[in-house]
Amino acid sequence: MTKYIGKSVKRLEDKRFLTGQGKYTDDIKLVNMAYAYILRSPYANATINNIDISEAKAQPGVAAIYTGADIPESIAGVPCGWQVNFKNGDIMKEPPHPLLVRKKVRHVGDGVVMIVADSRAIAKDASELIDIDYDIHDAVTDPKKAAEPGAPLVHEELPSNVCFDWELGNPKDEVAAALASAAHVTELDFTNQRVVPNAMEPRSAIGHYDTAYDRYTLHTSTQNPHLTRLLMCAFVLGIPEHKVRVVGPDVGGGFGSKIFHYTEEALVTYFSKILGRPIKWTADRSEAFLTDAHGRDHVTNAKMGFDANGKIVALQAYTYANMGAYLSTFAPAVPTYLHGTLLQGLYTTPKINVDVTATFTHTNAVDAYRGAGRPEATYLLERLLDLAALEMKVDPAELRFKNFIPAFDGVTQPGYQTQVALQYDSGNYEPVLKRALEMVGYEAFRQEQANQTNGKLLGIGFSTYIEACGIAPSAVVGALGARAGLFESAQVTVQPTGKVSVYTGSHSHGQGHETTFAQVVADKLGIPIEDVEIIHGDSDRVAFGMGTYGSRSLAVGGSAIVKSLEKVLEKGAKIAAHLLEASADDLEYNDGKWTVKGTDKSVAFGDVSLTAYVPHNYPEGIEPGLDFSSFYDPTNFTYPFGAHIAIVEIDKETGAIKLKRFIAVDDVGNVINPMIVDGQIHGGLAQGIGQALHEGAMYDEDGQLINGSYMDYCMPRADDFPSFEIDRTVTPCPHNPLGVKGAGEAGTIGSTPAVVNAVIDALWKGGHEVKDIKMPMTPERVWNAMQD
Amino acid sequence: MIPTSFDYKKANSVEEALSMLGDDTQILGGGHSLIPALKLRLNSPGTLVDISKISSIKEISDGGDSIAIGGGATHASIANDKSLDQYCPMMGQAAREIGDIQVRNVGTIGGSIAHADPAADWPAILLAADARIVVQNKNGSREIAADQFFKGFFETALEEGEIITAIHIPKSQKNSNSCYVKFKQPASRFAIVGVAAAVEMDGSVVKSARLGLTGVGEFAYRATAIENALTGKPLNETTINEVVQNATENTNVMSDHFASEKYRAHLANVYLKRALRKLG
Ligand SMILES: Cc1cc2nc3c(=O)[nH]c(=O)nc-3n(C[C@H](O)[C@H](O)[C@H](O)COP(=O)(O)OP(=O)(O)OC[C@H]3O[C@@H](n4cnc5c(N)ncnc54)[C@H](O)[C@@H]3O)c2cc1C
Repeated sequence: MTKYIGKSVKRLEDKRFLTGQGKYTDDIKLVNMAYAYILRSPYANATINNIDISEAKAQPGVAAIYTGADIPESIAGVPCGWQVNFKNGDIMKEPPHPLLVRKKVRHVGDGVVMIVADSRAIAKDASELIDIDYDIHDAVTDPKKAAEPGAPLVHEELPSNVCFDWELGNPKDEVAAALASAAHVTELDFTNQRVVPNAMEPRSAIGHYDTAYDRYTLHTSTQNPHLTRLLMCAFVLGIPEHKVRVVGPDVGGGFGSKIFHYTEEALVTYFSKILGRPIKWTADRSEAFLTDAHGRDHVTNAKMGFDANGKIVALQAYTYANMGAYLSTFAPAVPTYLHGTLLQGLYTTPKINVDVTATFTHTNAVDAYRGAGRPEATYLLERLLDLAALEMKVDPAELRFKNFIPAFDGVTQPGYQTQVALQYDSGNYEPVLKRALEMVGYEAFRQEQANQTNGKLLGIGFSTYIEACGIAPSAVVGALGARAGLFESAQVTVQPTGKVSVYTGSHSHGQGHETTFAQVVADKLGIPIEDVEIIHGDSDRVAFGMGTYGSRSLAVGGSAIVKSLEKVLEKGAKIAAHLLEASADDLEYNDGKWTVKGTDKSVAFGDVSLTAYVPHNYPEGIEPGLDFSSFYDPTNFTYPFGAHIAIVEIDKETGAIKLKRFIAVDDVGNVINPMIVDGQIHGGLAQGIGQALHEGAMYDEDGQLINGSYMDYCMPRADDFPSFEIDRTVTPCPHNPLGVKGAGEAGTIGSTPAVVNAVIDALWKGGHEVKDIKMPMTPERVWNAMQD
Repeated sequence: MIPTSFDYKKANSVEEALSMLGDDTQILGGGHSLIPALKLRLNSPGTLVDISKISSIKEISDGGDSIAIGGGATHASIANDKSLDQYCPMMGQAAREIGDIQVRNVGTIGGSIAHADPAADWPAILLAADARIVVQNKNGSREIAADQFFKGFFETALEEGEIITAIHIPKSQKNSNSCYVKFKQPASRFAIVGVAAAVEMDGSVVKSARLGLTGVGEFAYRATAIENALTGKPLNETTINEVVQNATENTNVMSDHFASEKYRAHLANVYLKRALRKLG
């Protein structure tokens, strides 16, 4: 039955990627296409007095120059897709995010003028001839300072920079009482710093209006073509959805940043009709740094209380979350429903309260970035736990074993109801940490650490995480403020010859769906994988979709495919029964054919599909064709979990950190393609460890991004890492047909605190009892911590 | 990331290149410093004169009492040169740590020192090696000692219309006992501190030393006070700790978000000690 599922089938899409034949948006050239360059604000907060485009407009090859004044008032800007209410019930502040600014720029990189020309070079040259007169004002970039009275206002029509305040969990006084009676309280102030997503392919969009059919086509590097179409048509441009095709062709990475609907997509679409030419815009790397929605940026204070036995009695967290200047598509969900709801972690903590204040600042928008909220929650919990272990002089692994939620399978035992709204599906947490400790050789390591004499400091750090993936049940997310459903669709078209085209609303931008999904289809139908093609990313081919993020593609999109496959097999059985002159109930389906049980009478899948389309000899009352669509809306999120351990060595003289080992034991439910899952884990680890050690966007006081290039923004590289040591346990998801939980974000979510904890552990062993080292933990920051 | 438009001329010989140079022209070597600057529009010459195809300045050859490295030799060709590993090991050590393979395969030593980035590796090494830099102009050629070459922040003794054609590395006792150690800026992998040390020994005692530092100040410099203090002393832990107290004397130490002035100065001492320990 499972010829493919569970096997490391080589990725079918890699041939085209590895031979340079991937087709990305910027590779597409349309007849008579013009090129846009967007002139952006060099200031974080300034009023525009005047824009002089006359000289630029006169340049040969310049087709048009558009400013905010060329956009009708009815087009207010790009919308936010998630609503969070203030504690008092008021709706969050939601100022418009205009396609081009008319009067006031609010962050460096805010779009002001779009120059369209016969080439990018002409457009760029012309942009230098545009004269914009600005009045420059003070800026605020820190999310906590932005909430202080008197902070420069990002949106002057609002009373303050607070977008919303929000809380979840048990009442604060109950949490405070529990903390007051705790035997030990660990308190930590920290920043989960802002990071830049840095997808390899910069964002790109081509708008094209076809007068003959009165129809628009938008090619765009998106994780989410259908949602982009919905948002752009219904909420921005007011054009009918059936008159717009959105294509997300091959996409070179997104990490969340390509979920969202961006201004440039609407600009090229709108103006392509006005200009009468297709318009392409492609970000250069500097623009990507300035305008791809950033991630994280939380300033947090948290307290965790323990009883005399080391059991957690309460957790109180206060977080300021930076929204940037405008609300990006999912921004409000990240610090709230994707962060606050995860603060139960893997632990039985009886009292939890989380309080979040989201603020506007004069910076680029912050939104979901690989893990989105769950890494911030994990960082909060896991940093507190390791620090508490140091403070209480107990073993950090023991402390976790003491507090783990006992195993539950979600089938014979109910799911686990947390204090913060979610109900975990299934979990068995001890084995992942046990396995990780085994892999590390924990006792031997502690010996080595105690006996170290080489001028270095060894440290070990733990992180045992949970995440909510497979986002998600529409009714639940709707109750939490999502303005869209979060189901997934799939259409399975069996061609007359028995070859299968699968149209999925998920979108692959590096995850290998063309392989994993094909493995599922091939096994369920008992046909060769070569007979299956996975099609995604085109609103004209795929009826509907919700896109890829939140590790949802296989859990939700894969489940929708399974539903359609079941319908195919059910109808196929009826046709087969007719051909075999048997009752459908007497048939069994195996290895691509229906057989009358206990006989050698059988009919192959391809014969049935041919009959479905050439229905000469056909059962009565059944429609021709073998083609089914399904929408799958899960009953719950999925909850992968795992244990990560980092071992670091610090050079006492310089503070330089060497990551010596990294062990990750993850439970992502059932695994369809182990190689692809390993790849996702490896990439995720690199990203999470990168945040701990290397990455971090830095805005100065004037709101300038001072490390907006690879000369200054440090991306992790292969030689920064040891060979990762990874393993898995398998706790199937009880509520989806494949039993899968999702693996896209696990590595990133778990790894960051493990590395920081290891550095803190090393420092304590060296006699430097510091609570925190700011991320990224540069050598200088570590060295400073040792200069006490 | 689009430069302003420019003309491109490819030279087949140094003479031809010199004849192409003039107003509003700029030499293009490997392009690994120049092209990024053009793309960011920090620089916009009217014409680029490409010297990267001139084979006569790409070679590394034995010049009798020195090794002659062509001004157009790539970092990679230096990294792979066996004679340099023998006569001046710090050259290969530095070359192998520059950027990544792509940068090393195309970027040149002549381009690097003409550019004189304060964090580039070569300046420290050429200072420690007592290198002589040969430049050619329309009137002929001249030689500049490394000590006279690096003048300031992105500033050298090179004049308009001059091409670096060769760099001579003496086959000295000192150079044969040399090393390069580098504390990398994590993003660019240029030097936050790079120390090139060349030490001639007389038995167990230092006869003379040349110590070049890069990344620390606004341009590469020699730690002459430490060179002098080392002379006549045994090269051991006691000497090293006694002599290396202030490797940044007389230098305006730089500060950025990767390393403050204080930390950089500290690293200069640590890395100078590490270099000397390798040679002791
Ligand atoms: C990703 C990356 C990483 C890097 N990492 C490092 C590193 O770790 N350490 C390091 O030291 N450097 C590093 N570099 C810089 C690299 O070494 C450059 O190659 C070098 O600085 C310039 O040499 P080039 O031949 O490419 O010169 P070009 O970029 O072509 O020219 C640079 C300047 O020198 C002039 N010029 C070029 N050749 C000559 C000549 N023969 N005579 C006179 N003038 C000339 C040009 O007119 C220009 O002004 C890095 C560069 C990149 C892109």
